[in-house]
Amino acid sequence: MDNEVAIIGVGLHPFGRTDALSGQQQGAYAVREALKDAGIEWKDVGVAYGGSQDGGNADALSNHLGLTGIPFVNVANGCATGGSALASVIAAIQSGVAEIGVAVGFDKHPRGAFNPRPKDWGLEDWYGETGLMLTTQFFALKTQRYMHEHGIGEDALVRIAQRAFRNGALTPHAWRRRELSYEEIAGSMAVNLPLRKFMFCNPAEGGAALVLCSAKHARKYSANPVIVKAAVMRTRHHGSFEVFNPGLAAQQSPAPTVMASRAAFELAGVGPQDIDVIQLQDTDSGSELIHIAENGFCEHGEQAHLLKNGDTDIHGRLPINTDGGCLANGEPVGASGLRQVIEICTQLRGQAGARQVPGTPRLGYTHVYGAPGVSAVTILQAG
Amino acid sequence: MKLDTPKKLACPELLDLAGGRPALLGSRCRACGEVYFPASHGCTRCCATDMEPYRVGSEGTLWSWTIQGFQPKAPYNGGESEADFKPYGVGYVEMPSGVKVESRLSVADPALLAIGMPMILTLQAYRQVPGEEPVYTYAFAPA
Repeated sequence: MDNEVAIIGVGLHPFGRTDALSGQQQGAYAVREALKDAGIEWKDVGVAYGGSQDGGNADALSNHLGLTGIPFVNVANGCATGGSALASVIAAIQSGVAEIGVAVGFDKHPRGAFNPRPKDWGLEDWYGETGLMLTTQFFALKTQRYMHEHGIGEDALVRIAQRAFRNGALTPHAWRRRELSYEEIAGSMAVNLPLRKFMFCNPAEGGAALVLCSAKHARKYSANPVIVKAAVMRTRHHGSFEVFNPGLAAQQSPAPTVMASRAAFELAGVGPQDIDVIQLQDTDSGSELIHIAENGFCEHGEQAHLLKNGDTDIHGRLPINTDGGCLANGEPVGASGLRQVIEICTQLRGQAGARQVPGTPRLGYTHVYGAPGVSAVTILQAG
Repeated sequence: MKLDTPKKLACPELLDLAGGRPALLGSRCRACGEVYFPASHGCTRCCATDMEPYRVGSEGTLWSWTIQGFQPKAPYNGGESEADFKPYGVGYVEMPSGVKVESRLSVADPALLAIGMPMILTLQAYRQVPGEEPVYTYAFAPA
């Protein structure tokens, strides 16, 4: 395709807690890092899309970066904010709006679990007041049902968390860098059974940014550009099991992840068997468990064996969340999807150091999923 | 089971208490028959807007469950101190129409809960603050 778009620069403000910096400052830091990586300046950028959930407007980053008059669009798509910003920048470049575009996500959440307001979700007060409106509860209920339907035991949940923290320990910019033992995870507090404390990620802070341009011009800026073969976002259908639902439909239907994944593979002209390195949304062990199959990397129920066999480890045949994912990095909602893209770019460029997937990976995959039933998938290729 | 009518309900519009036995109320799409709990103003399945009231009922089977192991932040208003907080069960109960109702459960012991077990609707005083009228919500108990 001669209309392809490439990533020519990546920048990250490490996730975790940075008390001295606002969310916007962390976002601006990430943009500057990405510009430096691409060898360009902010005044060279012709269009930008970005967003955060709790960190304020993305276009306010211009106050830090420079008021150059470009179209800077605020994106608010929950967990798919980064993926939506990326898809929008790509469309803008493809349509000729600009030669160079920036996608940025950042966030700064208060400590502890999210506390949503029922009215924001079209729900009545009783739902929150009686103690049903918790994301951790939803993940647990969905995981419990999934494990029952597909005959998967708790061992799989422990192994997902164990691998995440093992990979986090190898990742210099990760928030959680201590390996946890099997027993430590399996014996941690029962937050929402079957999910335990060390099987959940924490809301966090951070920033992530990408610089993109037409693939035709990518070599002008970067010795190792990454081609975006697909960037797809989808929302839920009727019958999908989603968060904050007092009632679920009689007939269940495939999740938005399944739709986004299929569309992305079709667009890229490749299949799950072609992917060398993978990032999946792991707000909790149960979500990653489900997402391995929903994205087509195995059949439902096969995960227990894959995990036990080490197939999803850095040296396995399906390396998943090589930087420790959300579990080891925390989840600044606006930035999280772009962190995944940055990790894949780092792997495809062969710059991942101790966590580098062996054998010169060529194709990578990222997946986010979240409230209120959205998913974004990218397929990336070493340029 | 005969229940005294509680004075204060968190969600009176969801329940029919006539006859002394609680039942859940929802709606049904007149075009395609899809059932909703709580009542919906439109059908997300077929996009029609003509809905009728529907009695979701009082009995079903446990479809999934968890135990809420920590005290939720607001908007939860159980009113107890952190030290007094007791974990509570939460589940989805599949009703005869197939719709699954999210609900507090009367038990919070994993050993007493299994997917597929029969459940029956009851009321639970989820907020019990000294000097105040207790506040009730619907809950399911093992049948």
